Amino acid sequence: MTEDNTHRAAAAPPGASAPAASAPAASPVVPSGAAATARSRPSAARLRLQALSATVASVPITLFGLALVTFLIGRVVPIDPVLAIVGDRAPMEVVERTRLELGLDQPLYIQFWKYLGQIVSGDLGRSVMTSNPVTQDIARFFPATLELATVAIIVAVLVGVPLGVWAATRQGSWIDQGVRLFCLAGHSLPVFVLGLLSLLLFYATLEIAPGPGRQGVYFEGMIDERTGILTLDTLLAGDIPAFRDALWHLAQPAGVLAFFSLAYIARMTRAFMLAELKSEYVTTARAKGLSRGRIVWGHAFRNIAVPLVTVLAMTYAGLLEGAVLTETIFAWPGLGQYLTVSLLNADMNAVLGATLVVGLIYVALNLLADLLYRLLDPRVR
Amino acid sequence: MLSRRSLLLASGAAAMAPAALPFAGSPAAAQTPPGVLVFAKQIDDIISLDPHEAFEYTASELAGNVYQKLVTTPNSNPSQIEGELAEKWEVSGDSKTFTFTLKDGPKFASGKPVTAEDVAFSLTRAVVMNKSPAFIINQFGFNKDNVGERIRATGPRTLVLQTAESTAPSFLLYCLSAAVGSVVEKAAVMAKAQGDDWGNGWLKQNSAGSGSYAVRQWRASESVVLEANPHSNVAPQIKRIIMRHIADPSAQLLGLTKGDYDIARNLGADQIRQLEGDSRYTVQSARKASVMYLSLNQKNANLAKPEVRQAIKLALDYEGIQKAIVPTTYAVHQSFLPAGLPGALTEHPFKRNVAEAKALLAKAGLAEGFELGFDYSSAAPFSDIAQAVQANLAEIGIRLRMLPGEQRAVITKTRARTHDIAMVRWGSDYFDPHSNAEAFSINTDNSDDARNRTLAWRASWLIPELSARTVAALKETDAAKRTALYEALQRDHQQQSPFVIMLQDIEISVSRAGVKGFDMGPMNDRHSYTNITKA
Repeated sequence: MTEDNTHRAAAAPPGASAPAASAPAASPVVPSGAAATARSRPSAARLRLQALSATVASVPITLFGLALVTFLIGRVVPIDPVLAIVGDRAPMEVVERTRLELGLDQPLYIQFWKYLGQIVSGDLGRSVMTSNPVTQDIARFFPATLELATVAIIVAVLVGVPLGVWAATRQGSWIDQGVRLFCLAGHSLPVFVLGLLSLLLFYATLEIAPGPGRQGVYFEGMIDERTGILTLDTLLAGDIPAFRDALWHLAQPAGVLAFFSLAYIARMTRAFMLAELKSEYVTTARAKGLSRGRIVWGHAFRNIAVPLVTVLAMTYAGLLEGAVLTETIFAWPGLGQYLTVSLLNADMNAVLGATLVVGLIYVALNLLADLLYRLLDPRVR
Repeated sequence: MLSRRSLLLASGAAAMAPAALPFAGSPAAAQTPPGVLVFAKQIDDIISLDPHEAFEYTASELAGNVYQKLVTTPNSNPSQIEGELAEKWEVSGDSKTFTFTLKDGPKFASGKPVTAEDVAFSLTRAVVMNKSPAFIINQFGFNKDNVGERIRATGPRTLVLQTAESTAPSFLLYCLSAAVGSVVEKAAVMAKAQGDDWGNGWLKQNSAGSGSYAVRQWRASESVVLEANPHSNVAPQIKRIIMRHIADPSAQLLGLTKGDYDIARNLGADQIRQLEGDSRYTVQSARKASVMYLSLNQKNANLAKPEVRQAIKLALDYEGIQKAIVPTTYAVHQSFLPAGLPGALTEHPFKRNVAEAKALLAKAGLAEGFELGFDYSSAAPFSDIAQAVQANLAEIGIRLRMLPGEQRAVITKTRARTHDIAMVRWGSDYFDPHSNAEAFSINTDNSDDARNRTLAWRASWLIPELSARTVAALKETDAAKRTALYEALQRDHQQQSPFVIMLQDIEISVSRAGVKGFDMGPMNDRHSYTNITKA
């Protein structure tokens, strides 16, 4: 897990980052590619199918690699896994019995093989830390992260994309410089500093935002958990004050994460847009007398949409992976916290399970970006 | 065309949209509601709330408030044993049969009275389930085969326990005062039992006790909500307790100053210093039954020399380390029984004396000094303490190779006896001197495949004579004589052992002014919420 580094390629699992990198490269501005697609339409459809099936086929390979690496790291760590389970005080009989039960006396490849068998049957094992099945834990912690990440990405997109476009259309002006400075701040301020500053300002000084946590004390223990997404659960329960309270609590952590992500999104949008505005067709459009709005939004933006989708998908994936520090500061019981605490407790089943889920998210969002890319670029249709 | 203004408006609106709605009309952050007490605490250590399974700090603390035991010890005088559910008890002449008579009055949260049958069921349940804390009770010879005969309710208010060997009454009673001795309501628990789980699946998340509070809800890493037990014989003033998981100490402090939390439990030393002397807060501290020590592995030929061990004990600046690094959260302590536990020894025989330490090294033929590996937990404040230790020992010529690691990795290494010097902590398992005496002062088989791998074994320290004395202290049935034996044992242990006991944990909690009565004890299951009041 990484801390909020949503967009660094290193944050993505090795297999998952490949399509992400390839998408901007296959940017549709290259005219020769378009011509080639037009020339051989039937084979293009076949190629597309092949590419898609190749992507789908890469999913199990990626996950296998992820499971293998995480498993090996878990076994190389200089912490006795038995110690994590039975504790420091357990008598020798219990230690030995547990060692046998875990199959730790067997060679590594057999242990791994057994673990793979378990995963395939949907069993991620039991967490030492919570004593629940890992799948149950993830089902409990993931919705909190999903809620936070989704709101954050929506805000980040709605603000970041127009901001980037705005800066690009006024390259070199004070607006551009302002946006760049703003993005630099969002990108370089550590998120925990941002979180604490935000708490200090909005919660402690201005008193317009609530403190850490997902809901106020008044509502603690009042709402039945159905989806685990509190804003949704409160709505389902028809409890409007509780819904407002949940939303109110969500605003600050989501705002902090959004600021962090939008800085990157705006920067990328600006860069894509600048490149696009320099192309010949833009000059032509200008010469023909098209308004700036139509050039920017009607033509250039459609062309940058493809690489932008990849950026957004990866940013979203990074947010879903759980923002450990943000979750810690805002007492948000999400996947990032779960993964970190498990790691510190050498709770390998939980770490492996959560890592696989994060890997799955990356792969799924990559696939989605791939599909969207086909949808957005008419020449590939 | 999109003008600059409309773009600005659009992005501004988008940024405000999620915030605007709830800002309208929600109650501003204010004082916690009357009758409700909010703790800010790191509670992600909770694995289970079942008192016969839980062995973690927070869960033990909750068990202490949700359940009652046969006996307990008041925090004002920890060595005195009082009946909690028991009115009185009798010990047979051979110190093997203990007969308890229950009080008439204690009731479970369901309203049903606590009977001897419930007590027998609870102790049996702990023995048969055999989870982490079960050894505290099992060490009296109970197991799943004999427990039916040896723990029996002989009347509605009479319970008989038969131990395998003659037992010091104080030892048995102290062990029964641990959270694992909690009494659960048999009918409520068995109604939820699935298969042969003794209701464990249900009791992990719920409660069936006669303490001041009952569990309403637990969400892992989020919150625990307790509600007052309406039938409790000691009715608490606070009707609802909410314990929120606030991992970050700065966020705890912020919430405390804003009035969102009444008591913050995990503030750092700097933050505590900031609040001390501020009349709006009360800083409260209690010695915790946990000691920090250096383990000197006797497999190392140099460390095996008594003069070297003594030299190391004399080289350290205990007071300086405590004052400079951990002024509020640790106290200097040099014996294996932490202050607050019966039999504790609070003398500090070791003071820094570089000249004498050097002389001892020279006597051992090591005047030139030597090098050692030093394993310690890399987290704060341990890394700072480790550096101070390194500097102190460098002055007498012992050069430490620093080997920081994750706490469990350090423990793994000491368990494998591959360390030279390791800095570790040890918390007592239960409220009796034997918990630590066994760990620090028993090792009769020093082979690599020994069955009983105590802390003494981990330091490769073979001590047949001290082990025999430790067992003798355990068996002494006279309470005063027993205490004297432990004190003498600790004095000798201090001088001979390869353990440099340095510090004892202090637990601190900070309450808002007007919040009173949170009673903190040396063990987590002794922290009581019952008398908390709020102005």
